[in-house]
Amino acid sequence: MAFLDRTARSLMLSELVSGLSLTLRYFFKPKVTINYPYEKGPIGPRFKGEHALRRYPNGEERCIACKLCEAVCPAQAITIEAEPRADGSRRTTRYDIDMTKCIYCGLCEEACPVDAIVEGPNFEFATETREELFYNKDKLLANGDRWEPELARRLELDAPYR
Amino acid sequence: MPKLTIDGIAIEVPAGSTILQAAEAAGIEIPRFCYHERLSVAGNCRMCLVEVEKTPPKPIASCAYPVGEGMVVHTDTPMVRNGRRGVMEFLLINHPLDCPICDQGGECDLQDQAVGFGSDSSRYDENKRAVKDKDLGPLVKTTMTRCIHCTRCIRFITEVAGVPELGATDRGEHMEVGTYVEKALSSELSGNIIDLCPVGALTSKPYEFVARPWELQKVDSIDVLDAVGANIRIDSRGPEVLRILPRLNEDVNEEWLGDKSRFSIDGLKRSRLDRPWLKKDGKLQAVSWAEAFSAIADRTKGLSADRIGAIAGDLCDAESMLALKDLMTSLGSANIDCRQDGARLDASRRDFYSFNTSIPGIEEADAVLLIGTDPRKEAPVLNARIRKAVVANRAPVGSIGPVIDPTYKTVHLGFDPSVLNALHNGSHPFADTLRNAKKPMIVVGQGALARADGAAVLAAAWRLAASVGALTADWHGFNVLHTAAARVGGLDLGFVPGANGKSVAQMLDGGVDLLWLLGADEIDTARVGANTFVVYQGHHGDAGAHRADVILPGAAYTEKSGTYVNTEGRVQRGFKAVFPPGDAREDWTIIRAFSQLVGKTLPYDTIDALRARLEQANVAFSRIGYLPRFGCSDLTGPSGDPAAVGDAPFALAVENYYQTDAISRNSPTMAECSATKPELAAAAE
Repeated sequence: MAFLDRTARSLMLSELVSGLSLTLRYFFKPKVTINYPYEKGPIGPRFKGEHALRRYPNGEERCIACKLCEAVCPAQAITIEAEPRADGSRRTTRYDIDMTKCIYCGLCEEACPVDAIVEGPNFEFATETREELFYNKDKLLANGDRWEPELARRLELDAPYR
Repeated sequence: MPKLTIDGIAIEVPAGSTILQAAEAAGIEIPRFCYHERLSVAGNCRMCLVEVEKTPPKPIASCAYPVGEGMVVHTDTPMVRNGRRGVMEFLLINHPLDCPICDQGGECDLQDQAVGFGSDSSRYDENKRAVKDKDLGPLVKTTMTRCIHCTRCIRFITEVAGVPELGATDRGEHMEVGTYVEKALSSELSGNIIDLCPVGALTSKPYEFVARPWELQKVDSIDVLDAVGANIRIDSRGPEVLRILPRLNEDVNEEWLGDKSRFSIDGLKRSRLDRPWLKKDGKLQAVSWAEAFSAIADRTKGLSADRIGAIAGDLCDAESMLALKDLMTSLGSANIDCRQDGARLDASRRDFYSFNTSIPGIEEADAVLLIGTDPRKEAPVLNARIRKAVVANRAPVGSIGPVIDPTYKTVHLGFDPSVLNALHNGSHPFADTLRNAKKPMIVVGQGALARADGAAVLAAAWRLAASVGALTADWHGFNVLHTAAARVGGLDLGFVPGANGKSVAQMLDGGVDLLWLLGADEIDTARVGANTFVVYQGHHGDAGAHRADVILPGAAYTEKSGTYVNTEGRVQRGFKAVFPPGDAREDWTIIRAFSQLVGKTLPYDTIDALRARLEQANVAFSRIGYLPRFGCSDLTGPSGDPAAVGDAPFALAVENYYQTDAISRNSPTMAECSATKPELAAAAE
């Protein structure tokens, strides 16, 4: 009996028909793929992408060299050196992140008391050489300057849940 | 001895103890800010509240409440917890929330105790108090807004350091700690208020914003910048020594440390010798170790042994001095000396050159005579002990030599050694004071010994000690106060001219053709003859290196494991915190390597083998850290003739406390400190 059933199904191409009907159904549904890099998927405000050091609106850098991010970093990717600036305030002379070590856990961002180091929405920072991924303070501040509107926006969106 | 119960633990403590001390003995932690076991009780922070049964129902400040027989104390009841939480809330009202930029962050009593005993939030939303920062000189940075008015700094400066310069003005919320009239602290112990401050109001200026405590590697070591041998902890990060803190040792430095020892570490980064140099055509040129060694070996060839000499400096460890002594002996030379300043010390018996009363013994003294010494400048931590004895025992202090201000009252007896004889024959009024004292103490400084009649002064001081009853079977009141950390170790090892050997003066005045300077910078290099071949082994490009024909880069005290003997004769060992810079090596290994080249290989390949040899050379080196108290059993004095003392006034061995050696001379912080002293600036002009 089972033999007859199987033979009849294969002769009537039922698998082919059901498969093609699925294909046809998806043919009329909206597309799930996007045309990256011309199109990009949506990302949440908590997305952990490339790091940036932010500034206050008056241009003063936020980082105060408290070294909490350096202490909390589980991958030990952050290196900070500090000294008093000419005006006596506590500032970093060196703020390096080794992006090849970083595991993008976001603990640096959580540890920061002044919202200086943040992980922004940018995930497209692939480089051709390894050395380019050793970010220094200038690079991080430049990132901050470039991404500030979006960084501020995502902090604002995430603020109620912090 | 009252018996009491604290949290169910029965304990017996000496009468007069406070509840806090009893709790500490029982192993119960009571939070505190103002209480410190080495300072007087202030009782003003109210953090140490406890509940005592059968007293009025209110919390009691345990630091100021004496124990009573049968007392029942609770340290963890709702009342106590509420009380402490309230106190903490009040303390935090005016304390700024700037932990991220505060140097105390991570090692702050207020942080720790706020987590342990405080509440989770504040109910205060008024404006916080702001206080203007005070300028306390180049060492202590102030952020007075953070001050919680525990008054530890005021009590330390007044009671221990003995210079009452700090105080509080106004009261209540308006109270401010400061120097009244703005000026730099004049104490040599001022760095200790940084450690005492339970918050970040007083922090270290040279260490400002440099590092966090959790980044630092901590290594135990021994200080070598004076002869007290204070126990220190070296905090380093990577190749850099970032700060030095005192370590608790009741027998040596308690928990204090002099400013020079604490702050001169920036000198370790300047003018360092990091590779061998050789003088070619009148100019020093960088060479390899092999080249430098062969240049010395070539020079030793054909030189008669008595034309070779060695001088050990003030910062050397015992290991390197022994290696150098063994090398010189194997070359057949007896020209070795560790007394750079020419002090006429008698190395024949240990109690002729050490601080026999011992540092804890000072506290028992009931009369003190200082001869040609200013302990405040030569050994500030030891001076604090003398001050402790003077305050506790009301011990009279006499001084012979320049007029000094050692932070306690002294009677000036005269300027020159003739006073010693007057005291001996009883014609001087102070003689009776010494005779009537039960435990008189005589301290001879290097200023009294580094002169032509030094041996006579030493003998006269000994004779005086014997005649006033300072030398008995259970009290040894004859003390030599050294200024060099290596000196007692050198004398213990016999690093003094052997039979027919030449002393420092004879070696400098053309007595030798090859002179090996082991970190010797305090000699007059201009006296060294033009034809003398000078080998300088050391860590700084200081006086010795400027005259050298060959420079062998050695390690500073933070960069090697070394054994040091302090002025008491206490043998202590420090460990290596960082590596020597560049091609520099630990000193004993340099001497060991060179000995092989000249065919006199020293019989030790490891530091342990060398230390075994050290113990063999002098059994004192087998007693690390521990020093038994002893009396005087043999009254025979040192070799000098007490009658031969001259009449030249004594000079002090240390004029400028802040710059005494190669490390502190190269330290910008120490230069700044000496610039704040008007009397030093005047002397320099």
